[in-house]
This record gives sequence, C-alpha cells and structure tokens, in this order.
Amino acid sequence: MSPILSISNVSKTYSSGLQALKRVDLEINRGEIFALLGPNGAGKSTLINIVCGIVTPSTGKIVADGHDIQKDYRQARFKIALVPQELATDAFETVTTSVRLSRGLFGRPVEPALIEKVLRSLTLWEKRNDKIMTLSGGMKRRVMIAKALAHEPKILFLDEPTAGVDVELRKDMWNLVRQLRDEGVTIILTTHYIEEAEEMADRVGVISKGELILVEEKTALMQKLGKKQLTLQLQEPLNAVPPELADWNLELKGDGSVLEYTYDGKAERTGIPSLLRRMTDIGVAFKDLNTHQSSLEDIFVSLVSERK
Amino acid sequence: MSGEQQILGFNRYGVWAIFRFEMARFLRTAGQSILTPVLTTSLYFVVFGSAIGGRMSEVGGVPYGAFIVPGMIMLTILAESMSNGSFGIYFPKFTGTIYELLSAPISPVETVLGYVGAAATKSVILGLIILTTSTFFVDLQIRHPIAMIAFLVLTSATFALLGFITGIWAKSFEQLSFIPMLVVTPLTFLGGAFYSIDMLPGAWRTITLFNPIVYIISAFRWCFYGTSDVGVEVSMLMTAIFFLGGLAAVSWIFKTGYRLKN
Repeated sequence: MSPILSISNVSKTYSSGLQALKRVDLEINRGEIFALLGPNGAGKSTLINIVCGIVTPSTGKIVADGHDIQKDYRQARFKIALVPQELATDAFETVTTSVRLSRGLFGRPVEPALIEKVLRSLTLWEKRNDKIMTLSGGMKRRVMIAKALAHEPKILFLDEPTAGVDVELRKDMWNLVRQLRDEGVTIILTTHYIEEAEEMADRVGVISKGELILVEEKTALMQKLGKKQLTLQLQEPLNAVPPELADWNLELKGDGSVLEYTYDGKAERTGIPSLLRRMTDIGVAFKDLNTHQSSLEDIFVSLVSERK
Repeated sequence: MSGEQQILGFNRYGVWAIFRFEMARFLRTAGQSILTPVLTTSLYFVVFGSAIGGRMSEVGGVPYGAFIVPGMIMLTILAESMSNGSFGIYFPKFTGTIYELLSAPISPVETVLGYVGAAATKSVILGLIILTTSTFFVDLQIRHPIAMIAFLVLTSATFALLGFITGIWAKSFEQLSFIPMLVVTPLTFLGGAFYSIDMLPGAWRTITLFNPIVYIISAFRWCFYGTSDVGVEVSMLMTAIFFLGGLAAVSWIFKTGYRLKN
C-alpha cells in the first residue's frame, strides 16, 4: 500500500541561521500510529509545522494522500489536522463557536450532529456553551483536539499531546487515539514521554539535531536494542565474580551484593536455569531476584547520547 | 470518517465561518457597539452643532449641523474599520490560534474576504446607525443615495483592509493602535470633517490637499449635498487606488508569509 504521507529531502534553515532540519526522508503508512521522539529542539515541531503548512520548508517535497502540500495545498490540508503543542484557544469564545469555526475553515459545511459527537467523545458536551477561558488546562487541551477532529481529518498530528496533562486525561487521550486509528485515521505524535510511544506507537522515529537517525517498528526496535537483565540480590557480598561462573555475562554491583546477568531474551536458552544451578553448587546463595527488560526510554537515551 | 472527499474550488464554508465568527463578537457586545456611536454622535452635535454651529450658520449653502454629518460618519467609519480589521487578525496572532488559519485549506483571497468583509460590514452598520441618529438632530438630505451607500461600503472595505495589514504588521497592542490613533484620526480631523477646506488660508489649503482623507470626506459629502471641496472623480479614483494598493500588499504578505510564517 502506498504511504499516506511521504516526506522527501526536507530541510529547514530559519532566517536566524538555525538549521532545524537536515534532509529528512520519512514515509508514514496508512492507518498507523507513528511516534516521533527526540529531545527538545531536535526539530520535531518544525517537521510537523512544515507538513501542516505553518512553516515553509527550505528544500524538499511532501505528498499527503496523493497531494503535494505546496502545489495542491487545498486538497492536502483538507485531510490534515494539527493539535499544536502550545495551548492556544479563542479564550473569549464558547467551545461550540470555536469548534464550529474550525470545521468551516477546513471547508466543511455546518453539521451540528458531528460537532456533538466530537464534543461528547471528548467529554466536552456539558461545557459546550462555556467560554474557553473558564475551562481548566486539561479541558482547553480537549478543546484543541475537538477543533482538530471537527473536520474529519485522515491524518492527525498531535504535537506533545500529553505535555502537562494529568494521568486520567492522558489515559483518555490514549484511548481516543486508538479509537481514531480504528476508524482509519493515521496519527503522528511527538512526545518526550517515551512511555507514551511505547504504549501506543506502531512505529517509532528518533530525531536528533534535525536528523532522523532511526525509523523502526516499535517491537523490532525493542527486540533489537532491548536487553534483558536478571538481577540477583546475594545473601553474602562477593569480592569478584567467581571463576566458576565465567561462562555467563555477569557483573558485580552494589558493593558486591548484587549480581547482574545480561542475556538475550529472544534466545532459546537464556542460561538462567544453568546459572542458578551452578550458583547453588558453588554455594553462592541469593535472597531475591528480578528480571528487567530495557524500555524504549533506555534505548532512546543510549541512541541520542551516542551521537553527542 | 467520510470516504474520498474533495474540497470545492472556492472554500465558501471557510469564508462564511470567519465572517460568522467575527460578526458574533460584534453582536455579542451589540449594546456597547451601538450605544457608543450613538452617544458619540450626540456629543458631536452638542459641541459642534449647537455650540459652534450657533455662530456659524451655513457652509456652502448647507446648515452647519447638517454639513458635519458626512465627516462625522467618516470619522467613525475610518477608525472603526481600521481597528476592527486589525484586531480580527492580530488577536489570533497574539493568542497563537493563527496556527489554525495557516494550516487550513483557505486561500489568501478567501481569508481577506472573511476578515475584511466582517470588519467592513460592522462599519457600514455603524455608519447607518450614526446616520439615523443624526436625523434626530438635523434635517438631512441625501442627493445621491446609491453613490452614498456605495462609497460607504468602499471606504469601509478599504480601511478594513488597511487595518488588516496593520494587524499583520503589528507586533504589540501599542503598534496596533498606533496607526488608527496617530495617523488616521488626526488626518480625519484635519481632512475637513468639521469644516470646508475652502475656509482655510491659501498655504494651509495646499498642504491639506496632500491629506488623502480630504478626498474621501469630500466625496462622501458630495453624495449628500452635491457639493465638494475637490473633484468627485478624483476622490473616487483615490479611494479605489487605496483599495487596490491594499489588495496588492495583502497578496504580497501571503505570498512571502511576512510576519505570519517562518
């Protein structure tokens, strides 16, 4: 299937001389949730703003659902929606007025039933006649999402959707994103909560200093780069790893009271049973044990720090 | 979600949405929006009409009280068109909601139609309110009613457009009020709103002719009384040139993204 969004050779140098993006190539598959990760200032928002038409690229070409975003901006933008990072709302207007404006701007006729559906799905229906300035921060964020959904987009950009949002709203947001994906909307989100990407994304892209350094299926990425570790709390501290245990990739930590075994979680034999047997044989006793799989966060931190 | 859908060649829903949104703000404060011009007009009549008009019976065959009506309407129209036109686009820039307009499938022409159309409509409504209020104080005659309405609309649209450009240019609320307060209002007062420029001494009269607003007020007064300080054709031409100049500036702004886009 052809990608719904294809970004090729996109660079951006701001008039201040700051090079925010360096020749980015990226294809987004139809119907996926794509998470764009990167530290602050990496170029995530610049990339999104270019696709949405808010920032003009210095070079490159972008095609959204078959339409060039510059030559055929009308058809392209008709299908794209953005929820920006900064809270920006029509403070003096009511929720309904603001959402209705969004739908019209994107070339759709007034349709009260649809607006009601969107507002209900974001639990904003009760607040529909309230002025936006009277709402809480989380509610304002919901209004911004309602505005983006009001014109039934096929591609939805969520720029840091859960920054500064409480746990409950974050969970709601995740459910909503999944529900939209089920309805066929392609979602591209940026985040620096890795937990979020891990929870939601089908694929992950990592951007650092304006370069896209990695694009991978989330599960493949976590398999490839994710390590598994077994941690053993010893009864008695050791001075060194006993030579009898040299066959295992062991490390002694925490003043000799913790033994850490790093192994390949995908291998047929993890080596754990034999390690534990050998330890019993040589009389190294442990009082507790746990295993840990490296998270996307660990992977991300190591990727970005490698490039510094 | 809907299947394959395309947007129309002209985003009429977008234009209408902006227009409706902008008019809603005006109507929400309708009491204030209507009361202010009515009160101001009445004050002008008290000060200029009664106090000064008592000593000055006629200007060019028109009673002074009636003579000031076109200038008074213009004084409000020019200022209100500019401030409405500029506020409509400046406010989204200020709050950050401009992102939506920039990412919407709406062309510059459609954007201008929505914002400037709404600002001009408000001004025309205000103009008609002032006109109506005036009839309580003086006997008015309108010799060329169609030309009067056409000119009212053209002037409102022109200054709303100039306001729109100011709104894009402005980086602060101070800059936003700078041009209406420090340029347009003084030029209107000096542009013959309350006197005929024939009443000025020679040198001042020549200087006054460099003030573009003289032409606007003069043409508008012609619509009422059939007399004007300068040629009506020149006035109409000047206003049309302003309007076209404004359109050219706006299309350049959207092409380059000046103060809107990076």
